[in-house]
Amino acid sequence: MELLVAACVGMTTMAAVYLILQRRSFPVIVGMSLLSYSVNVFLFATGGLAIDAPPLLTGPVPDAPMTDPLPQALVLTAIVISFGMTAVVVVMSLGAFFQSRSDRIDLDPNAGPDSAPATGAAIGIDPAERGGT
Amino acid sequence: MMHLPVLPVVLPAVVAAVMVLAVPHDLITRRVLSVAGMVALTGLALAALMLPEPALYRLGDWPAPFGIILQLDRLAALMLMLAAVLGLAVVLYAIGTGWDRLGVHFHPLMAFQMMGLNGAFLTGDAFNLFVFFEVMLIASYGLMTHGGGGPRIKAGVQYVVVNLAGSAVFLFALGTIYAATGTLNMADIGVKAAAIEHDGLVRIGAGMLMVVFAIKAALVPLHIWLPATYERAPGPVAALFAVMTKVGVYAILRSLTLMFPAGTETGTALAEILRVTGGATLIVAMVGLYGARDFGRVITWSVIGSVGTLMLAMTFGQAGATAAGLYYLVHSTLAGAALFLLADLILTRRGTLTLARGPRLAQGGLIAALTMAAAVAMAGMPPLSGFLGKLMILEALWGQWGLWWLVIGTAILAIMGFARAGSTLFWQAEESDAPALPHPAQPLAFSAVAGLIAAQVLWTLAAGPVLGWLEDAAAALHDPAPLIRAVLS
Repeated sequence: MELLVAACVGMTTMAAVYLILQRRSFPVIVGMSLLSYSVNVFLFATGGLAIDAPPLLTGPVPDAPMTDPLPQALVLTAIVISFGMTAVVVVMSLGAFFQSRSDRIDLDPNAGPDSAPATGAAIGIDPAERGGT
Repeated sequence: MMHLPVLPVVLPAVVAAVMVLAVPHDLITRRVLSVAGMVALTGLALAALMLPEPALYRLGDWPAPFGIILQLDRLAALMLMLAAVLGLAVVLYAIGTGWDRLGVHFHPLMAFQMMGLNGAFLTGDAFNLFVFFEVMLIASYGLMTHGGGGPRIKAGVQYVVVNLAGSAVFLFALGTIYAATGTLNMADIGVKAAAIEHDGLVRIGAGMLMVVFAIKAALVPLHIWLPATYERAPGPVAALFAVMTKVGVYAILRSLTLMFPAGTETGTALAEILRVTGGATLIVAMVGLYGARDFGRVITWSVIGSVGTLMLAMTFGQAGATAAGLYYLVHSTLAGAALFLLADLILTRRGTLTLARGPRLAQGGLIAALTMAAAVAMAGMPPLSGFLGKLMILEALWGQWGLWWLVIGTAILAIMGFARAGSTLFWQAEESDAPALPHPAQPLAFSAVAGLIAAQVLWTLAAGPVLGWLEDAAAALHDPAPLIRAVLS
């Protein structure tokens, strides 16, 4: 099971890093979400992997199998924060797209006009239509 | 004052909540609340500086290392004071220039930002540090895009993405350290990590942690996000961000003294890597400053350069060098913030910060004089605190001649860069025949900038007693055993 979890975290992180390095905001956002998934699974595994074991023991059972409850609390915090953060990124990228009519994420001032400008149709929203009608 | 360590976190949170919920549409009341909050924070920081002993605060009275602990030692108190003074100046400036009218929630966001900063300085728990970093960053995302506009929001998206990636690495690092040591309390990590023999996992975790802090501190090559962000952020926000890079420096210093101290193998390896990185940062930043064609860029490079200088001083693991670094940290934050505010004053009067012949400025004489003072301080020329700070760092580096000449050589580049920027902005404008465009005088904004400069003059005049106090603080940092005992008892 360790191998499965480790491979899972590794593959997700790899895909996430690839996506984050893209030029357009949509792949970057998907990459950020993937990265937060892989972080969460990783955090879960840091207490050691245990199946069918309770995190909290009640009563006098000193030798019962148990799983580390702390990583679960950490994951909960991390999930809440990354969920909020994804929402923030989505809203800000939409704002940037509507204001500058381009969803390129880089800021190179020397780059000429976008070689393949992102149109609203490409991502399913046309800002002109949205504002005009 | 049993609850003193938690008040700098609770107070801004309450002020921000009151502003959002109780006074949603009243800018005047918000301004009053915001200024009163910053003044109260300054008072709290003053009380913290007066404490004879480090104060510990166990949240929920849980015993360490299981609960979260706040530790208010001299370093934390110093950083609280720095943040409060800067926050006060920034709020006054934003009120004086009307920046806070351009968006709805400037003042609540400022308060949340102060809450995150203060929490990051106070906490003694590594995961809690992550949480306070996030509080600070969430508020900074809002502040960074305050006022809106396409280029600013685009730069904001980049800033958010870089910091989110940094947060992910932070979580990976904390998970690794927890898996290796079984604890997240900083003092406890220090004890457990030193006891582990084959500490490969600890070292990987510590390395990743330093990568995160290096992103925040903008060390080369992880500085790439900073110039565009600071240049496009609103002026007062950029001034506040001058302390954000120093949060990274603070976290590195805290890690290298409490979690991975100089004696351990991990700590020594990290310190050496960080010192080389600091040298590289200094070179890149000062060459960048000299080559910049825009006054905003000049300032951002000077801020990055100050972080490089700090890394040289703070990675030596000696109390003297760390004390010099702390002195320079306070100075460079104040100088950087003053320069960002001045750049905003120039931008509104000139329309652009590009270093080319331009029109005369309204209130040009006063702005030129203040810029001169701030630039002299930032470049490290006498008589202001930058000179004393660099002198102390050079004294601490005595014998390390390579680093010695690096600090001096880059200072010359900085002086030339600032001199060129100043002569282009102010002297060449004097040659223009057209009168300056009229602009309101904004006395409050000018007094905020003058206050920051005055704080540096004070810092220079009080250098003797301050350095003695800082040496005690640094000695306590490098001998963490009493603090660890107090935390774990």
